[in-house]
Amino acid sequence: MLFTQREVKEIADANERAQATSTIARPPESQNRDERPVEKVRWLTLLAVPFAAVIALGLHAFAAGNEPPAEALLYTYFLSGLLVVALIAVVVQSVWAGLRKWMRDSYPLIAAAVFCLVGWELVTSVLHWLPLPYFPGPAGVLLSLVNDSAVLFDSTWHSLLLLLGGYTLGVAVGLVSGICIGWFPHARYWGMPILKIIGPIPATAWIPLAMVLSPSAMFSAIGLIALAVWFPVTMLTASGVSNTRASYLDVARTLGAGRAYLIFNVAIPAAMPSIFIGLFMGLGASFLTLVVAETVGVKSGLGWYVSWAQGWAEYGKVYAALLIMAAFFSTIMTALFKVRDHVLAWQKGVIKW
Amino acid sequence: MVATFVSGVAKEGSSVHVTNVTKDFAAKDRTNQRTLALDGVSLSVAAGEFVSIIGPSACGKSTLLRLIAGLDFPSSGELRVGSEVISGANAERGLVFQDPNLFPWLTVRRNIRSGLVALRVVREKNHEVDEFIRLVGLEGFADVYPHHLSGGMAQRVALARALITHPKVLLLDEPLGALDAFTRMQMQDEVLRLWQARLTTMLLVTHDIDEAIYMSDRILIMTPRPGRIDRVISLDMERPRDRSHPDFLRLRSEILQLLDFGRR
Repeated sequence: MLFTQREVKEIADANERAQATSTIARPPESQNRDERPVEKVRWLTLLAVPFAAVIALGLHAFAAGNEPPAEALLYTYFLSGLLVVALIAVVVQSVWAGLRKWMRDSYPLIAAAVFCLVGWELVTSVLHWLPLPYFPGPAGVLLSLVNDSAVLFDSTWHSLLLLLGGYTLGVAVGLVSGICIGWFPHARYWGMPILKIIGPIPATAWIPLAMVLSPSAMFSAIGLIALAVWFPVTMLTASGVSNTRASYLDVARTLGAGRAYLIFNVAIPAAMPSIFIGLFMGLGASFLTLVVAETVGVKSGLGWYVSWAQGWAEYGKVYAALLIMAAFFSTIMTALFKVRDHVLAWQKGVIKW
Repeated sequence: MVATFVSGVAKEGSSVHVTNVTKDFAAKDRTNQRTLALDGVSLSVAAGEFVSIIGPSACGKSTLLRLIAGLDFPSSGELRVGSEVISGANAERGLVFQDPNLFPWLTVRRNIRSGLVALRVVREKNHEVDEFIRLVGLEGFADVYPHHLSGGMAQRVALARALITHPKVLLLDEPLGALDAFTRMQMQDEVLRLWQARLTTMLLVTHDIDEAIYMSDRILIMTPRPGRIDRVISLDMERPRDRSHPDFLRLRSEILQLLDFGRR
């Protein structure tokens, strides 16, 4: 995914050269490799998850004696449910092609995940290789997850608000400053030094100052996240805009384009691939800043929950929150990928994502 | 293909006058030397005329075209379109490069339409977009992104995009240079057809002598370093011209002589 402008251009040019030799009109071909037909899925693939679930259940039956009854029971339910669903899916896939395709793609991964649970339970509850309370088994984490789900949900919601607030602000300011620095020589002259000096400082290093300056922890957290997002977005937007192929601008001028058209209809679309790299980098920075800001100041959110649970030495809850974070952050990341796929649809077939 | 008249406009060309134009560039290194790209170039193109400029590479052909397009300014001398002095790029002078330079983020239709968007006349003139797509024979490809197009098709889109704003002068900077021989000949006919339909003034820079003879009313031969117009050749052969006609071949060897490539 991380292609620079130049690489994208080189690949595009290579494509053009390859096609320039052909006079035959070519309709757009579908290049989606997922479109190959799904006739059959191998039995090995189909049975991977049920098999893994059976092994996990077997090991758990052996380990259950070492665990509190509530934990052991819940985890048994969980694994049994998994087994039942996996078996039902094996039956249903014979009549549902969509499910079959999904199973072909995802079943090996899910089975591997279940085997990770098996390994985890083995080294914690069975072999006791890892010291308690720091390393609870999967059963303990599952119980924390279920018991504390209301608080976890509330924490996730607060994290989401904070993250969206900070990220949106950072992106909005970053796009504007990036476009200005990329387009206007004066903005570049005065803006670049500021960017180069302030940008590389990790946003979290400003925490002491932010606490003094801002009226509430919430405000300072949003400001810090925005700052963390602002730098990569500005940098990549500016470089994308200033690297717009001069010939695109020349063509647009001879079509009668004014400055607004040149900026909004040529430079910005041309910079989009670069802008998205900035958006992804900014998103990564925002996760980091969010968790740190919640740990030190804000009294809600997943970061706060982790440090709070750690304070009570409830490591099951710590891991539960980490699981939620993983799901939460990767969902947001996936959403941004979807947006990019939509906005940069024109690149499909030019570069490989 | 049958020539189609777009919007019923028969003659939209405008004359071009270049008077004693010089252009020099600062050297890229630190010597502070200035390279003279054009030295006292004068030429006139009548409204609706098709003029080719040929010459070896680096003789300032493209520089001259950029000056006429208004993308660059002369060091001295004057350029006019009709009676107006050229003071910057605008839609009156279209430009087509060797690289079609289609906007890769826009579909064929939107590429062709971009001139109308830039001029803020999309609402009034949107119907012309389909006419131009038909004019260049790309009906089935309107909603395709440029990288799916072959070189010839992409260049046709570039022509349609340059013509949709109804420029008075169309500047062609080796537009067919990157195409294979067959596509090039086919596109030459296509450009001629577009020209005859519109009588836009055409100024074609090329290094292909056959192309110049096949298409132009007049050929200007340039010499390099510094760029000067060395010779003007008027052609009065009837179109469509026969590439193997004795007159054609005679003219060809004459020009080769002038460019110092003749048999010695």
